[in-house]
Amino acid sequence: MAGTLAEKIWADHVVRSAEGEPDILYIDLHLIHEVTSPQAFDGLRLAGRPVRRPELTLATEDHNVPTTPGPITDPVSLTQVETLRANCAEFGVTIYPMGDAEQGIVHVVGPQLGLTQPGMTIVCGDSHTSTHGAFGALAFGIGTSEVEHVLATQTLPLKPFKTMAININGDLAEGVTAKDVILAVIAKIGTGGGQGYVLEYRGPAIDAMSMEARMTVCNMSIEAGARAGLIAPDETTFDYLSGRDHAPTGDDWNAAVDYWKTLRTDDDAVFDEVVDIDAASLTPFVTWGTNPGQGSPLSASVPDPALIPDENEARAAEAALAYMGLTAGTPLREIAVDTVFVGSCTNGRIEDLRAAAAIVKGRHVADSVRMLVVPGSARVRLQAESEGLDKVFTAAGAEWRLPGCSMCLGMNPDTLAPGERSASTSNRNFEGRQGKGGRTHLVSPLVAAATAIRGTLSSPADLD
Amino acid sequence: MQAFTSHTGIGVPLRRSNVDTDQIIPAEYLKRVSRTGFEDGLFAAWRKDESFILNQPTYAAGSVLVAGPDFGTGSSREHAVWALMNYGFRVVISSRFADIFRGNSGKQGLLTAVASQDDVELIWKYLENTPGASITVDLTSRTITAGDIVAPFEVDDYTRWRLLEGLDDIGLTLRHEAAVTEFESARPSFKPVTRGG
Repeated sequence: MAGTLAEKIWADHVVRSAEGEPDILYIDLHLIHEVTSPQAFDGLRLAGRPVRRPELTLATEDHNVPTTPGPITDPVSLTQVETLRANCAEFGVTIYPMGDAEQGIVHVVGPQLGLTQPGMTIVCGDSHTSTHGAFGALAFGIGTSEVEHVLATQTLPLKPFKTMAININGDLAEGVTAKDVILAVIAKIGTGGGQGYVLEYRGPAIDAMSMEARMTVCNMSIEAGARAGLIAPDETTFDYLSGRDHAPTGDDWNAAVDYWKTLRTDDDAVFDEVVDIDAASLTPFVTWGTNPGQGSPLSASVPDPALIPDENEARAAEAALAYMGLTAGTPLREIAVDTVFVGSCTNGRIEDLRAAAAIVKGRHVADSVRMLVVPGSARVRLQAESEGLDKVFTAAGAEWRLPGCSMCLGMNPDTLAPGERSASTSNRNFEGRQGKGGRTHLVSPLVAAATAIRGTLSSPADLD
Repeated sequence: MQAFTSHTGIGVPLRRSNVDTDQIIPAEYLKRVSRTGFEDGLFAAWRKDESFILNQPTYAAGSVLVAGPDFGTGSSREHAVWALMNYGFRVVISSRFADIFRGNSGKQGLLTAVASQDDVELIWKYLENTPGASITVDLTSRTITAGDIVAPFEVDDYTRWRLLEGLDDIGLTLRHEAAVTEFESARPSFKPVTRGG
């Protein structure tokens, strides 16, 4: 029977299926971090259960870690990190702690090690697990009870997801990035539009993207409410994986590639929903509100809530503008920011840093702006330093930091002050996300860099 | 897990859509390693506003939250469910829940009742006209009773059964451990492991 990619991966992982019950789905890789795992390990201890497959489990420290040199000074953060280390030691789970060459944001670490491969099921107690879908893996965020379930059984009871095709037709114009694509998708289908669905991104604009750009797109699938994002694996995927630490070798590589090549939606498969987007119509996109669906092209102005037909959305827009301190009709390009943050699991990879560095090179960050550049992992940091990107950023007046989640959610000391405004390459502009009272505009690395130079929301084209 | 059959308690009208989990409990409260004590972080930013509904004595002991669409979006943090339950909520009513939040709730025994937005609007009006009124949410008949309003709600059959019985998911899965072992024996050798060999 014809099937979509999501349905094929699902079918390959069903351990048990019974009428009226969820399927029991096998999990190939379980990533964990310090925030959503302590209560799960506690549950195992209480029940006297071991971790079923520690060798399919990997831990890293990311949410709490400081991005300046030195130990964690917040005692509560330190307890959480130490609890993870103790749990991993007790249950035999590999961990990459602060200072380790492999440490970094969980969704940057998995792919760069070659652990994220096509056709796998991957979970993590973190909603941005959708990132790994860029490889044609069915990857989704779970809660702590499910973390415990996977630790104990290496499976999850789940009902099949619905499928939605997101066709990005045609080619992107120069200067339009993966971040602009996904922000436009979320604005189009809404923060609840993807609920219950796996979004499969397709079309020439997706085919032309690098793996890192595809990860940016899939990363924010959750911001449209989707269970997962997915992109069929192709030569770009295989080239990225070839030679990585955990990629198969020899005969295993050939067997794997043979299997991976079967992982495509059949031509006659039917999606539950189809959305079409004209790539050529897309331009740099930024958010003006307090959820990721409240975004507009950078060339637009702050919208007027009175003109939004849906009553709930109009009320939400009104509240958002009040929180953001914005007035309807203000051109987005005139909005001045205090902080620019480049980093996170959305845009903290090497290509993101290269893109931002290319813009700030030979220029200087505006006097009114502080710019933080936080690599997504220790490897990304070392790679960037070997290319001299750290020097480019610091020469421009930006701060070059150590890897972690950082200002994306402000669990470490990197936060916005109340009322402070940021242009951020992260994924959430929720009230207080980057610090109490902080105001966030989600942007691409290119827009972030140009904004840092001009001091107001800008694209590189505005610098000429 | 605590079983759930029917609950009657003070209804709290929260006229907001897209209540994300960063609003339900901000990141700074996620550093604890226990499952308890999260009630102080519940809606922490909003509770600084004196007029916020849970700061009104009439609603302070609320246990049925009636919210706008897309409740629980964003982060997968189960702390959001713990915070609501630690505070005393047993039910959240909304026309649409984010998937991960709904899943987390089902594991903990917090009922996420999906009602139509029209019925949510009626219940909001009823609660605003009769502050402190109680609502009954009955899982057996899948109905919400608020004054004269009797509204149906949706919850999937499997979650309903587990809630009614108070069953633990891990225990249910482990009944099929032999099937898991059999599946594992057939996994391809090219699948990666996290250890060096």
